[in-house]
Formats: sequence, C-alpha cells, structure tokens
Amino acid sequence: MYNNKTVLGALGGLLMTAGLAIADPVDDTLILNEETELVTRTAAPAHMADVVDEVISGWHFRGVETRAMQADDFDNPGMIFVEQAEDVWNTADGSEGKSCSSCHEGSDSMKGVKAVYPKWNEGAGEVRTLEMQINDCRENRMGAEKWKYTGGSMQNMIALISSVSRGVPVNVAIDGPAQSTWEQGKELYYTRTGQLELSCANCHEDNYGNMIRADHLSQGQINGFPVYRLKNTKLNSVHARFKGCVRDTRAETYKPGSAEFTALELYVASRGNGLSVEGPSVRN
Amino acid sequence: MKTILMATTALAMSTYALSAGEIAPTDVSYTDGAVAMSLSGQPGDAAEGRSIVGNKKKGNCVACHAVSDLADVPFQGEIGPSLDGAGDRWTEEELRGLVANAKMTFEGSMMPSFYKTEGFIRPGKAYTGKAADDTFGPLLTAQQIEDVVAYLITLKE
Ligand code: HEC
Ligand code: HEC
Repeated sequence: MYNNKTVLGALGGLLMTAGLAIADPVDDTLILNEETELVTRTAAPAHMADVVDEVISGWHFRGVETRAMQADDFDNPGMIFVEQAEDVWNTADGSEGKSCSSCHEGSDSMKGVKAVYPKWNEGAGEVRTLEMQINDCRENRMGAEKWKYTGGSMQNMIALISSVSRGVPVNVAIDGPAQSTWEQGKELYYTRTGQLELSCANCHEDNYGNMIRADHLSQGQINGFPVYRLKNTKLNSVHARFKGCVRDTRAETYKPGSAEFTALELYVASRGNGLSVEGPSVRN
Repeated sequence: MKTILMATTALAMSTYALSAGEIAPTDVSYTDGAVAMSLSGQPGDAAEGRSIVGNKKKGNCVACHAVSDLADVPFQGEIGPSLDGAGDRWTEEELRGLVANAKMTFEGSMMPSFYKTEGFIRPGKAYTGKAADDTFGPLLTAQQIEDVVAYLITLKE
C-alpha cells in the first residue's frame, strides 16, 4: 500500500463534494481487515475481451469514506446482518427440526459457493440463484417457509454465505447447460428498454467512470452483493438493484426471482469473473 | 435514483392532449434529423426552456450534459457533449429535431427521444416500474420542446 494513494483518495472525495467530476475509477487497493487483499480490478474474462479490457469492482467508484467502511468488518454495517444470519444458521426451523448447520456444519463450509452462483442445477433442470437454492433447502429439507426473495432474512443469509467467500474469485460457468440462460441474460443486458430506451450497457459499459447527474457510473458489477447502502440503510439484493435500474429507464420492470432476472444475474456475474467476492459491500 | 433522468409529472401526462395547431408525436416529419415547423404552432419561451433543461422533474438534460449558463444547477452530467455553444453549432430546425428525437440525427444515440410515443420496449408508467397505461405521453410536450429549443439557441460561445 502506498500512502499517497490514501491522500489522492481523500482529495478525490473533496473534489466530488465540490461538484467537480472525477472521470476515472479511484486508484486504490482494497485490503480487508488489514490482511486480505481483494482483487478489485483485473483483466476482462475472454467472453468480454471485445468490449472492455478490464473489469472493475463498484468499490473503485465510491467515495473515500465508503471505501474505508468496507475495508474493516467493524466499520462495515453489512457485517451486523452477517452476525444475525450466523445465529439463524444454527437455529432449527420448520417441521423437520433442522437448521442449516444440521446438513452443512459451520457457515465457513460455504466458502467458495457464492463465487459460482447463479449455477446450473441438474435435478431441477434450470439455472438457480443462491436465493432459490436457500429456499429449496428451507422448503424441502427443513420443512420451513420460504423467505421473501429480496427480504431481510434472505439477504442476511446471502451476506453470511458471501462473507465467507470474500477474496475467492467469481467464476460462474457460462457454457454447457447454462449457456442458453447466459445468452438470454446477455440479450437482456443489451436491450434498450423503457421510454428512455436505455440498456444496461448504455450506462455500465459505454459510460462507466462518467457522471450521470450526481451518480458516478460504475460497471454495474455484482461481486459485492448483497450491498449495504447508506441511502436505505439495509442490505440490497441483486434483483432489487436490477429492478431499480430498469425502473429508471421508465420501463416496466421484471420481478425479483423471475427467470429474466435470474438469466440477467448469471450474465452480469460472468462479466465479473475474476473479481473477488466482496459481499457484503458498502455503497452510497 | 428515482428521478435520475427526465420525469414529466404524472399530472402533465394524464392531462396530455393535443391542442389546436400542435403536431402529434407520430406526425413529426424529420429532414436529415431536422424539424422545420414549431411543434406547438407557437414560438418558444427561452426562460421557461432554461428551467426545463435544468429541472430534474422536467427535461433533466443536465443529467447527461453540462451547461455553463446553468452554473446554479449542481451535479451536471458528462454523458453527452457540453451544450455550451449549441446555438452556434445547430440551426433552430436542427435543435428541434435533436430534442424531439436525437436518434434521427445521431443513429443509436443514448439520448432519449423527448417527443415520441411509439416503438418502446416494455414502456413503463413514469418511474413506477409498472406498465404504461393510458396516461402515457411524450417526455416533453410540444410547447416544452419549443421552449427548450428557444433556450438552446441562446447558448452561443
Ligand atoms: C440510466 C442509467 C442506468 C441504466 C440504464 C442502468 N443502470 Fe445500473 N446503475 C446506475 C447508477 C447511477 C448506479 C449507481 C452508481 C453505480 O454503481 O454505477 C447503478 C448501479 C448498478 C449496480 C450496483 C453496482 C455496485 O457496485 O453497487 C448494478 C449491479 C447495476 N447498476 C446493474 C444494472 C443492470 C443489470 C442494468 C440493466 C438492467 C442497469 N444497471 C441499468 C445507472 C444505470
Ligand atoms: C441520457 C443522456 C442524455 C440526456 C438525458 C440528454 N441528452 Fe442530449 N445528447 C446525449 C448524447 C450522448 C449526445 C451526443 C450525440 C451522440 O453521440 O449520440 C447528445 C447530443 C445533444 C445535442 C447536440 C450536441 C452538440 O452540440 O453537438 C444537443 C443540442 C442535446 N443533446 C440537447 C439535449 C437536451 C436539450 C436535452 C434535454 C431535453 C438532452 N440533450 C438530454 C445524451 C443525452
């Protein structure tokens, strides 16, 4: 770590507040709890080589305080929800009297899992998000009620499962049985929706680094989800984020948990293959 | 984020109807991207146009464009070129076409079409995320387009 980076970062924050645009992602290194260095920028995966050279975590597009908050578990408000989920992990629920730990032992047994989701499920014959897998365990193994897709219990658990994978590179499979879903997601990514006729690519591929009004556009990566947002002070799911972005094109959105958003999630996740899992991350 | 780009108010949309002398969004004729006739049949009001360009709930052009004349409006975007000097670079007819439907001038432009009502994929009801209903109208009214054009013409270097 070079000290001057911190200084430059602080200056960047000041300039932003003064209303001056900072075009580029901040040059900084994310070191978690002063020990684990995370990969927040890396060469683009092969399937994206013709559109961008480098993939960059949303962390680089946020201000100096927000970045610092995420680097320390004591300062990261998302970690409170991870702790809550740790209790739930060990608490029996449902007709079978089982908890997550009955089948999976400690939550650290989930290391690496977040990095490969969404993922093809052979038995179900479909690509599943982590939320879908969790609800499958709850319903069919625990005899418990499903959790709401974007709700607190669900996103707390996703945050726990993500937290134990921090530093593991995202590596979702896009070939084999997942390929057609991936292609559907790609199609959605490039479709210009709504009355504003904007696609994800318009903002996050063609204009990352640019300001759109008060927002510094990132590449819209999802390696940091769930995201604790200072704006709404809770954990935000990937599909809730997608919904917000689609709504902002003045379009009719898809529903969280829908086949469309699942396909889009697989595609967007694949655009971050090689970045470290970062969730729960902190954003404004 | 809710009103990140231009938002015609729900009220303006539900009361949207053509008045005498107005050209409907579906009837505008473009020649090399330019539109010859006033869309409202009336001249524009530059002062009103200035407020539309800077206002989040109206044109919100500053979401994407910087305008030095609007120094009082914070957080100007950098997606499109600065609008400074637009009145030197373009004629009134060209500016009208640019604001009504920039894609007629710049193929595939990211700039939204402000006077268009057809051809959208999954159009929504403003920023609700719900499907469009019968209150759907163009992003700006014919007169608002004229006001914006009248303002843009005043932007000389
Ligand atoms: C009109 C511009 C616009 C469009 C179109 C858009 N977004 Fe976004 N998006 C934003 C802004 C602004 C933010 C907040 C700043 C940032 O992280 O880029 C954001 C944030 C995100 C984030 C959070 C990134 C992080 O690190 O926290 C994701 C993920 C995302 N967008 C995905 C998408 C997807 C997928 C689509 C298409 C379905 C899309 N966006 C369409 C403007 C847009
Ligand atoms: C979502 C982004 C966006 C918004 C909102 C937007 N524009 Fe643009 N505009 C652009 C882009 C991008 C270009 C450059 C043309 C291109 O390459 O497509 C442009 C070009 C222009 C030009 C020509 C610029 C020049 O001098 O060469 C004018 C004039 C203009 N816009 C006016 C407006 C006005 C007025 C509004 C609001 C009523 C507006 N724009 C809203 C993105 C936007």
